[in-house]
Amino acid sequence: MELSGAEIVVQFLKDEGVEHVFGYPGGAVLHIYDAIFRQEDVKHILVRHEQGAVHAADGYARATGKPGVALVTSGPGATNAITGIATAYMDSIPLIVLSGQVQSAFIGSDAFQEVDAVGISRPCVKHNFLVKDVHDLVSTLKKAFYVATTGRPGPVLIDIPKDTTDIAIKIPYVFPHHISMRSYNPTVKGHSGQVKRALDLLASARRPMLYTGGGVILSNASAELTEFTQVLGYPITNTLMGLGSYPGRDKQFVGMLGMHGTYEANMAMHECDVLVAIGARFDDRVTGDVEQFCPNAKIIHIDIDPASISKTVRVDVPIVGDIKAVLTDMLKELKGVKKQNDSKALENWWKQIDKWRTADCLRYDRNSALIKPQFVIEKLCEVTNGDAFVTSDVGQHQMFAAQFYHFNKPRRWINSGGLGTMGFGLPAALGVQMAHPGAPVACITGESSIQMCIQELATAKQYDLPVKVINLNNSYMGMVRQWQEFFYDKRYSQSHMAVQPDFVKLAEAYGHVGMHIDKPADVEGALKEAFAMKDRLVFLDFVTDEKENVYPMIAAGKGQHEMHMAPEWELI
Amino acid sequence: MRHIISLLMENEAGALSRVAGLFSARGYNIESLTVAPTEDSTLSRMTLVTIGSDEIVEQITKQLNKLIDIVKLADITEGEHLERELMLLKVLANTAEQREEVKRMTDIFRGRVIDVMDATFTIEITGNGHKLDAFIEAMRQSDIIETVRSGATGISRGSKCLHV
Ligand SMILES: Cc1cc2nc3c(=O)[nH]c(=O)nc-3n(C[C@H](O)[C@H](O)[C@H](O)COP(=O)(O)OP(=O)(O)OC[C@H]3O[C@@H](n4cnc5c(N)ncnc54)[C@H](O)[C@@H]3O)c2cc1C
Ligand SMILES: Cc1ncc(C[n+]2csc(CCOP(=O)(O)OP(=O)(O)O)c2C)c(N)n1
Ligand SMILES: [Mg+2]
Repeated sequence: MELSGAEIVVQFLKDEGVEHVFGYPGGAVLHIYDAIFRQEDVKHILVRHEQGAVHAADGYARATGKPGVALVTSGPGATNAITGIATAYMDSIPLIVLSGQVQSAFIGSDAFQEVDAVGISRPCVKHNFLVKDVHDLVSTLKKAFYVATTGRPGPVLIDIPKDTTDIAIKIPYVFPHHISMRSYNPTVKGHSGQVKRALDLLASARRPMLYTGGGVILSNASAELTEFTQVLGYPITNTLMGLGSYPGRDKQFVGMLGMHGTYEANMAMHECDVLVAIGARFDDRVTGDVEQFCPNAKIIHIDIDPASISKTVRVDVPIVGDIKAVLTDMLKELKGVKKQNDSKALENWWKQIDKWRTADCLRYDRNSALIKPQFVIEKLCEVTNGDAFVTSDVGQHQMFAAQFYHFNKPRRWINSGGLGTMGFGLPAALGVQMAHPGAPVACITGESSIQMCIQELATAKQYDLPVKVINLNNSYMGMVRQWQEFFYDKRYSQSHMAVQPDFVKLAEAYGHVGMHIDKPADVEGALKEAFAMKDRLVFLDFVTDEKENVYPMIAAGKGQHEMHMAPEWELI
Repeated sequence: MRHIISLLMENEAGALSRVAGLFSARGYNIESLTVAPTEDSTLSRMTLVTIGSDEIVEQITKQLNKLIDIVKLADITEGEHLERELMLLKVLANTAEQREEVKRMTDIFRGRVIDVMDATFTIEITGNGHKLDAFIEAMRQSDIIETVRSGATGISRGSKCLHV
């Protein structure tokens, strides 16, 4: 088969199994768009802003485990994509971003719409390439998919000068089924000696704790994690990124940990004597003050990225490997031997944890005349049987979603944790809906976040993506307002969204259904009505209590045991 | 602690900027950095001198290893190793007296005068950083016009080696 560079790009995507590409055209990628036009296998979704394209590809990837693909033009197309790329990078999401570039001969001459995309993206990609010769295109594409999806996943950018995709130059094309790179060989299997040391340590634990994160989801190891946890009978907490990897309603689950995690999860972390970190990276939102982190614990850490190990907190038993493989090995060993656990100690540990649980740290005022954001999420969880795909923006609403929607399955909770990108929620939801047509998809957002990528409402209309937008409208950048209330003596500098659009009319203007809800009694009905409209995007604008804060909270730089509870209640 | 890290990397455009970018983005120290092709034209070898606590140097080597273009890496200061740096030094040498003095010092340090002009001598000298520092110190009496140092390179002793 003889193909032009542009045709190679599209044919390769098809052969690689890519069904959807999210993108936006421009001069440098016109050859590729022409090749897209002349085929039907790879479907192109035209977004309204390149940031939206990358977030949508990212949402698609998070919801499926397959790499997301975005296509943007040179210059402003590439720079608009950067926020999306950095978002995916921080959460280790596999993405391929194809950016057009000016003709190779013009590179470096400040040509029209030239930007050094490889240079600009370098700090926020797993790897990137510039393909100046069409003969290198296929091998580069193959490498890009391989690098993006293996080891610790991440975004890979391929910058393609216009002459590389020239329609007039045709070369033979063969899809490469395999690739190997001498400089890149991620470790999959855990070291057996380390696995054994970890198991010995686990068996000796009196107050064990499992701390698991996004790596479990990335490794598709929820089943193994669930079995591992249940065979051991130990308490388990998830990071924000790990929610859904263990059933959220199970009795061994003590909730999310960290800055806005539960009292029981954080106290159990502080008091445990053996900690098993699985696919979690000891982020500062989790550890608080590292000096005071898990002061009594020996730490086991399973992670595929050696650089994640002992980065912020020194660990005692590191295991480098893929979680699925390592947990499978551990389970085999565990079943072979009798548990040597001190069962009395474990019983006492659970008693202690149950005592912490009685603090009921997520309590909120259920009799309020104003709509409480927590109440909306609780109802959303009920109405969707805890089974929807839920994307989120960034702010208080994100934390309420994490605390009150009990995720039972992996890849259902889709949010920007590492970069914390406002504007992520809506385009990500479109990507999720594209991947799972017919499945309920909710985007939990705030009046400030939603306005950062609101233009994607048009994309939703064009492709009939019936996402339910749950706007928790507190008229404030609530998360910012909360910090100003606590730490700046209520000087609410620039955090009030004094002027807002009429979201109902706005939704209607884009061809969607808008609903305005301002009474607690109407919340459930509105949600039911919205989810009953299976083929429409419904924008639900909930007017919520603008004074509500997210509790519990560990102030930045404090230890995990130094939680603030909502002011009304005391610690036990 | 001072560490010398040797890297073999794919001879690709941009590989050097990935290393430099990593150091600036993560706030690591670079004392010196040298890079040149090897006998295998697909590989370059880089020698990086950095200073940091054991924890930081551990992170540096892990982060470097993560770069896709890096094929192999070793902290050669972990074992016995040889370290060499090249310096070129241009001094004023107008009078016979000056010339004699410069020549004498150069011999003591086992350097070589490689260029003789009307008013200047250029000396080539290799050694580890301390030796080069000491030579500069010793030449203080003379008028140093210019110095240029290559940055350290190094190699492990014995059978230990860095190759693919
Ligand atoms: C407003 C706001 C508030 C937040 N508050 C909290 C909070 O209260 N609590 C909280 O937990 N987070 C919170 N976060 C999120 C926080 O910033 C981090 O994103 C999050 O804690 C990181 O999660 P993680 O440790 O699971 O790591 P991830 O970023 O999910 O990283 C995954 C880890 O797993 C490893 N890995 C990947 N694939 C594999 C594999 N196949 N096998 C083995 N290992 C693998 C990776 O190398 C990496 O180390 C908040 C974010 C925002 C925006
Ligand atoms: C792009 C971007 N800019 C700024 C911030 C800082 N920030 C974090 S939360 C937040 C407020 C979000 O407000 P809203 O979307 O209304 O959510 P709420 O906290 O009110 O639920 C801001 C400004 C950010 N995370 N992302
Ligand atoms: Mg708000």
